[in-house]
Amino acid sequence: MASAAGSLAIDLDAKRGVRLREGAVVASLFTCALISILTSAGIVIVLFWEAAGFFKSVSLWEFLFGTRWTPLLEPRSYGVLPLVCGTLLVVAGACVIAIPTGLACAIYMSQYASDRTRRIVKPVLEVLAGIPTVVYGYFALTYVTPLLQQVYPDTLVYNAASAGIVVGIMILPMIASFCDDALRAVPESLRLGALALGATRFEVTVQVLIPAALSGIIASFVLAISRCIGETMAVAVAAGGTPNLTLNPAESIQTMTGYIVQVSMGDTPHGTLGYYTIFAVGALLFLMTLGTNLIADRVLHRFRETYE
Amino acid sequence: MVTVKVTETTSAAAVTQPSPSASPPILAAQDLTIRYGEKPAVVSVNVAIPENRITAIIGPSGCGKSTLLRAFNRMNDYIPEARIDGGVTYRGRDLYAENVDPVEVRRRIGMVFQKPNPFPKSIAKNISWGPAINGFRGDERLLVEEALKKAVLWDEVKDRLNESANALSGGQQQRLCIARALAMEPDVILMDEPCSALDPVSTARIEDLMYELKHLYTIVIVTHNMQQAARVSDFTAFLDAGRLVEFGETEQVFTTPKDKRTEDYVAGRFG
Repeated sequence: MASAAGSLAIDLDAKRGVRLREGAVVASLFTCALISILTSAGIVIVLFWEAAGFFKSVSLWEFLFGTRWTPLLEPRSYGVLPLVCGTLLVVAGACVIAIPTGLACAIYMSQYASDRTRRIVKPVLEVLAGIPTVVYGYFALTYVTPLLQQVYPDTLVYNAASAGIVVGIMILPMIASFCDDALRAVPESLRLGALALGATRFEVTVQVLIPAALSGIIASFVLAISRCIGETMAVAVAAGGTPNLTLNPAESIQTMTGYIVQVSMGDTPHGTLGYYTIFAVGALLFLMTLGTNLIADRVLHRFRETYE
Repeated sequence: MVTVKVTETTSAAAVTQPSPSASPPILAAQDLTIRYGEKPAVVSVNVAIPENRITAIIGPSGCGKSTLLRAFNRMNDYIPEARIDGGVTYRGRDLYAENVDPVEVRRRIGMVFQKPNPFPKSIAKNISWGPAINGFRGDERLLVEEALKKAVLWDEVKDRLNESANALSGGQQQRLCIARALAMEPDVILMDEPCSALDPVSTARIEDLMYELKHLYTIVIVTHNMQQAARVSDFTAFLDAGRLVEFGETEQVFTTPKDKRTEDYVAGRFG
């Protein structure tokens, strides 16, 4: 018996080959992860380094609170507010279009649409998200603006409204899709419980499901806003290139991203103060999108209703 | 042996109950067949639920008892592939007639689910929400208090009515869900295994509560727990493979079942 037990002894020893292979896999995966982190960190460092160079010549105060942005023309002035205002105008326009429509779309898809309708609508929305943004820009310029000019003849060829509208169309699929997911994540038992109390589907949706999914819904809004702030091509094409401290959406404006495109594409010589402005604007843009993303993250975790 | 034990627990609940014919049926299924796709879940069931009594629906898992229960307030409407043949009447009215609004049906025939499902709102709002959307214009505080007292939850929560219902224990949440259903002043309360997610102490409290409530409401309870059916119900329906095998006074079903399958099931020989 003892010898039989010996011959059947189970080999539990670690195999050298297996261990080496596993080690190599872990090392290469770690390297890939490290590269993406280092790249991001590098970009941020360069951004702030170059921006710091800009702030040696221009005070932070003048940059943040100045109301004229003419870094490339005499008399030069470095107040970023017109660009921030232009960006926010586009963001506001996009939100007015996309938030109600996107939420309504999500409610329809998650609560009312039959499975068949949903199978058609959702991919169509995703196609909308896949259209290159420059196409939206020309759509704004050649289709939306003429339409706006018919309604309101004083609309300029380049204007904030058309840019806001197309950016709104652009972020609509994102809001619809995220809100749809958030509404679907609410436990079915909650929905049935409300229906069993004699609530209509609309009452259930508005009064039970939306409050229960609120964290996801708000997070989707904030992420969409972040996307609007960073959106470049559509606004560069449609909104114009005139830094303009205005709240009138019919006027031509310039957004922060639009300005960066203009300088990057243009003939501003490297090393000049005008050239360094794009890093200052870029750093501010980065901080704004980072801020909104952090808010979205906080909202998602802080207000999440927990279900078993 | 088992049958004897069940008899003892039954006698307390069933001691003063009249025969089924004494009270007119409030809900009745006529030749009711429900299919999910091609698969029948309930087959040709005829059953009459007596008013102001507790009727238990028992049977092995997957026998169609929950499906039958949901047919009584049209909750099967939300299962896309469910198809219904035959009829269900509530006080003589066909619940599946063309012009019947399922929302109106559910205002009168409430439901308590297997897992407590309070809304992510305050305790008070959980109670007042149903009546509010249905046009309640009275004193909300009184409504909340009455419903919570009926569900024997008032003393435990009266000082924290504005706190989230999610902070309550499982048993308290389930009593809140019962209170929520009661606040609608329904005619009938359907309970789908209301204690299956609860500990024995909470279960006992819910059972006591059902006993209190049956003077005011008709209760239909689905349970996989035969002792529970024997303890709380006046009438018992035994379902097997979607068919109604036996229906009668609980004491009779548990002590002198007419069908061999019922006998085997209540004796714990299958299911």
